[in-house]
Amino acid sequence: MPPHDHHDHDHHHEGMSPSGHPYRPDQDAPLSYFQRMEIAVRELLVEKGVTSEAEIAEQVAAMDARSPALGAAVVARAWTDPEFKARLLADGSAACAEMGVPVEAMKLIVVENTPETHNVVVCTLCSCYPRNLLGLPPDWYKQRAYRSRTVIEPRKVLAEFGLTLPEGTDVQVHDSTADMRYLVLPMRPAGTEDMDEAALAALVGRDAMIGVAVPTA
Amino acid sequence: MNANEPGRRWHDMGGLGDDPAGAIDRESHDYALWEKRVDALMVLASSKGYFTVDGLRRVLEDMPREAFETQSYYERWVQSVTQNLMEAGVFTPGELGVKMEEVAARGETYGECSLGD
Repeated sequence: MPPHDHHDHDHHHEGMSPSGHPYRPDQDAPLSYFQRMEIAVRELLVEKGVTSEAEIAEQVAAMDARSPALGAAVVARAWTDPEFKARLLADGSAACAEMGVPVEAMKLIVVENTPETHNVVVCTLCSCYPRNLLGLPPDWYKQRAYRSRTVIEPRKVLAEFGLTLPEGTDVQVHDSTADMRYLVLPMRPAGTEDMDEAALAALVGRDAMIGVAVPTA
Repeated sequence: MNANEPGRRWHDMGGLGDDPAGAIDRESHDYALWEKRVDALMVLASSKGYFTVDGLRRVLEDMPREAFETQSYYERWVQSVTQNLMEAGVFTPGELGVKMEEVAARGETYGECSLGD
């Protein structure tokens, strides 16, 4: 008996994979040339013993498990533990590793927002991003518009994100490199004095850690 | 600054004030499985020493303006990963061609043609 014939159902198996599972929505469109290339390269790497399907699946799962919640936990710790904050600003990679968030093979620089200075992060050459702490970057971070304009008219770009800064605030733009990533440490919002670390972390979104937003209570 | 200035290539986008890029489109999509797999192949192959982030970027940065205008992010990446793996001697262009034909012969959709679940 085929593995998925044990259900007492009579629906057609259209849209189902050979193993009897429905295809993911992104798998039922006509195969594109570059998808074909991905499949071919993946299978060649497995055949050559460079990697295995299991290892690839684990890597995809690890990528899916990363989210801005990791970065938010780091920010909340910095807001509640001044000694941790000092270590984070001195060596971002080491402080994150201490929290069990490895920042592999790159230097993490944490830049702190203050009433005088607001920080924003961009990668003008490609898409460098602290993926270990925030997951994969949003599409706009990789767009030409964000990458070309943020360094020349950051206030205007921030305003498009709904963040209008006071005239007197100094805006510092940090351009990432392949070996160096930035994380913005936002200011702790007013009115959060009674909140614990977990509640504080829930206030910190991805955009605040890129610097195109600020957290609010 | 101008995108056409000598020595400046299309990927180098910082500060192009007189070549306005327009408003930022804040719409985001979820990454498709094939895109995540391209990313995974890059991470695995580079962590195993077949090529480096600089190698990935070299091929991307050598791509013409048209590639940046018409292809998606992971479409460019899969080409760079493939090029780097061939340069590292992992497989030949001939092997790739044969495998791509084999994949296409399996069916019409990504799901039908991809053997991994």
